[in-house]
Amino acid sequence: MKDEVTREERVDNLKGLGCSRKRVEDARFTQGKGNYVDDIKLDGMLFGDFVRSPYAHARIKSVNSEPALKVPGVLAVLTADDLRPLGLHWMPTLAGDKQMVLADGKVLFQGQEVAFVVAEDRYAAADGIEAVEVEYEELPVLVNPHEALKSDVVLREDLVAEDGSLPDGAHGPRKHHNHIFTWEAGDREPTEEVLANADVVVEQEMYYHRTHPCPLETCGCVASMDKVNGKLTLWGTFQAPHAIRTVVSLISGIEEHNIRVVSPDIGGGFGNKVGAYPGYVCSVVASIVTGKPVKWIEDRMDNLMTTAFARDYHMTGKISATKEGKITALKCNVVADHGGFDACADPTKFPAGFMNICTGSYDIPTAFLEVDGVYTNKAPGGVSYRCSFRVTEAVYLIERMIEVLAIELNMDAAELRRINFIKKEQFPYKAALGWEYDSGDYHTAWDKALKTVDYAGLRAEQAQRVADFKAGKTRSIMGIGLSFFTEIVGAGPVKNCDILGLGMFDSCEIRIHPTGSAIARLGTISQGQGHATTFAQILASEIGLPADSITIEEGDTDTAPYGLGTYGSRSTPVAGAATAMAGRKIRAKAQMIAAYLLEVHDNDVEFDVDRFVVKGAPEKFKTMKEIAFAAYNQAIPGLEPGLEAVSYYDPPNMTYPFGAYVCVMDIDVDTGVTDIRRFYALDDCGTRINPMIIEGQVHGGLTEALAVALGQEIAYDKQGNVKTGTLMDFFLPTAWEVPNYETDFTVTPSPHHPIGAKGVGESPHVGGVPCFSNAVQDAFRPFGNKHTNMPHDHWRIWQMASKLGMHD
Amino acid sequence: MSKKMHVKLKVNGKEEEFLAEPRELLIYTLRERLNITGPHIGCETSHCGACTVTIDGKSVKSCTMFAVQAEGSEITTIEGIGNPDDLHPLQTAFKEHHGLQCGYCTPGMITRATKLLEETPNPTEEEIRFGMAGNLCRCTGYQNIVKSIQAAAAEMNAAKEAAE
Repeated sequence: MKDEVTREERVDNLKGLGCSRKRVEDARFTQGKGNYVDDIKLDGMLFGDFVRSPYAHARIKSVNSEPALKVPGVLAVLTADDLRPLGLHWMPTLAGDKQMVLADGKVLFQGQEVAFVVAEDRYAAADGIEAVEVEYEELPVLVNPHEALKSDVVLREDLVAEDGSLPDGAHGPRKHHNHIFTWEAGDREPTEEVLANADVVVEQEMYYHRTHPCPLETCGCVASMDKVNGKLTLWGTFQAPHAIRTVVSLISGIEEHNIRVVSPDIGGGFGNKVGAYPGYVCSVVASIVTGKPVKWIEDRMDNLMTTAFARDYHMTGKISATKEGKITALKCNVVADHGGFDACADPTKFPAGFMNICTGSYDIPTAFLEVDGVYTNKAPGGVSYRCSFRVTEAVYLIERMIEVLAIELNMDAAELRRINFIKKEQFPYKAALGWEYDSGDYHTAWDKALKTVDYAGLRAEQAQRVADFKAGKTRSIMGIGLSFFTEIVGAGPVKNCDILGLGMFDSCEIRIHPTGSAIARLGTISQGQGHATTFAQILASEIGLPADSITIEEGDTDTAPYGLGTYGSRSTPVAGAATAMAGRKIRAKAQMIAAYLLEVHDNDVEFDVDRFVVKGAPEKFKTMKEIAFAAYNQAIPGLEPGLEAVSYYDPPNMTYPFGAYVCVMDIDVDTGVTDIRRFYALDDCGTRINPMIIEGQVHGGLTEALAVALGQEIAYDKQGNVKTGTLMDFFLPTAWEVPNYETDFTVTPSPHHPIGAKGVGESPHVGGVPCFSNAVQDAFRPFGNKHTNMPHDHWRIWQMASKLGMHD
Repeated sequence: MSKKMHVKLKVNGKEEEFLAEPRELLIYTLRERLNITGPHIGCETSHCGACTVTIDGKSVKSCTMFAVQAEGSEITTIEGIGNPDDLHPLQTAFKEHHGLQCGYCTPGMITRATKLLEETPNPTEEEIRFGMAGNLCRCTGYQNIVKSIQAAAAEMNAAKEAAE
């Protein structure tokens, strides 16, 4: 039979790797038919909401629920005393600490959960909350971690022994009653020795402010305990539904097979939806108590004040170099503000996440990192806001240190980067702080970026602008922000990455249907990344069936294979790898079926796009569609019927995406207003699955980076009051503030990933924050700025100008 | 709790009549009472625009309007803008140009954009960015939303021209 379709057309028909395939998710979202957790309605469903503490630190003298129980529509009020008999008044955190589910004798941050009011609807719940009487006795408030480490005020009495001694925490000895852990990487003494004897040394303190992922949909859940069948179903905004199931089972005692966790459509996550929150526990308990489904949905203020802050790192960098600018050592000390409970969402063995990627993209022979975690009267959290664990902090530190060193050396910061990059031939590269970078070609990316933006021309223009400013001809200055970042994503190898003992592998299970279409289920869950689109593309290229014929399902623990979920850009590196590997198992069986049908030996057929062909006789072939049918209707000797596969993939290493960003910014020194004239982003995420989606991820990540660098923060006053609890005060950029971005790429495939992909969703945030910040700081460099902390909002930029005497 | 009031309004062409407390917010009416879950809640303070609907020809954030204030009005939500067999050009364009990711802002975004294009059938990029500034998106960085709206405008203008 002659094939009328060309090979190229067959490739195109698959819509596999490299195709800007339109998203299959969009039909329902554009028609208002998404199914988010707050869209779930069940018969008799109740609504629960919290009485929250107005104080940041207070003893609770009494909680009187009686008046609330008289409010029409209120059915129950849960307090710590109600949860205590169940052992659920506290819950374990992801970081090895424990956290109060409901205030047990005291509160440690403003907005802390004190009581849970269960009512017929939201209005009745709100009325009930108003009626609960709580008597507080205010205690001294600690909002600064440096002060907390010196203070006599004990925040966590539960972590001090009766004799006043301090038992070890989850990560070793504690130095002070408000101290959580010390975590070290690298070699202290050799690093200090190099720093002491270096030609040039520069030290810089910097504060990476507290902020929040703030997805447009807040966190929430619906818990439904079916007492007849003993089954608990929990729908919720979970970035890791399987891990949530295990955690719920461990803390509730309900056997895991009797728990079904479902993540429906999720309205953005960015790290906010990784953790386990008191609302989940209270909803489950309330459903058990009332026998009815219970919904809990945060409002925006709850969200910003209580679930999952990010950053809050007080960092000190010290870097040394030769006179020519070759970096010889880096030392980094961090005081990490973790709030009232250590609920950081990191792999268990990494209490400061992957902060030890802070040597960045540079060949730094000696380095040392020390992180001290500290309790304060702020909300717990410490999630990775659109980045792998603490990688944004690490990259910000090194990309600022490079700029500060460039000032000290009186060198161009682009050139300083270039002479220190890890060279292509050095990969795989073992960094001083322990990681083995899998691949990279930094010089090529950097040169391409600088050439595209005409870097030399920009510097000349900037010099002219400085001259004009000094001559009084303009009040506008110009900044050129540079950043070159290396991410570390795809956690991770089970040998060193686990969360509460659960290895961070991921999974994919594929079933091919008789007529040549398929369903694949994964252990991850999309929150907007478009998994249903891209994972089908990976599979299409692997098994030769069109992506349009492959359904992707995630998020239902009753049907999907076990996996650790979606965060830290781990879906493509880990579950994407599992998908490819499962696809290869399908293909291996398909090869045997094809050989049988073609009456040749297994080794005499080879895979070609969408079929197996007889080697040397391409006119003899069986398409994957034909093979799929044969799997269900032929009795093939030695083969089981059906065509299914499952893969649990334990990655041998992380992946290391990288990128080169340039931001050109004009700043009005009299108003502090910034105008981003140009933003160029070159990303290397290895093999590119869907360029359209990659570009969308870069736009979004850059915009979240812009927000963080230029104004977004969770700020507290001295009493521990949250000053940025609504979208009036918490900066989310609108279309009006955001520029158009230019995207570009190089491709350096990961050598250990089955398809060479590295992940991209978080890179633009990681690289973008220092790039925007460097643009602001670079504009002021000619006027004496060395380092100024973010966020660079208009008022703070005006202050920068003022401090530098530019308003005189 | 205060006395319930009688409310009569039209949503997506359908008459609705009910008794509601004066404090009942319109977004609650739509989502909980009428099961119209396209409009979403993102902030409840009028900042994010996820709850945007059209009321008597104007874009309104339904999270900060009481149901009783909408008495007698005609409301259009994303559910009334197109259907699977007859999508609005904006719905097609948002998919075509990757104007959405998590989808949570999308119903409000598209609903607002329908009004923007009615008011300004041929908007500049600046007019789109200004006209859409009441609708927040955390995923896309807006670039592809702008592109989607431009594409829909071109499509709608071409269709109008062809019809004339």
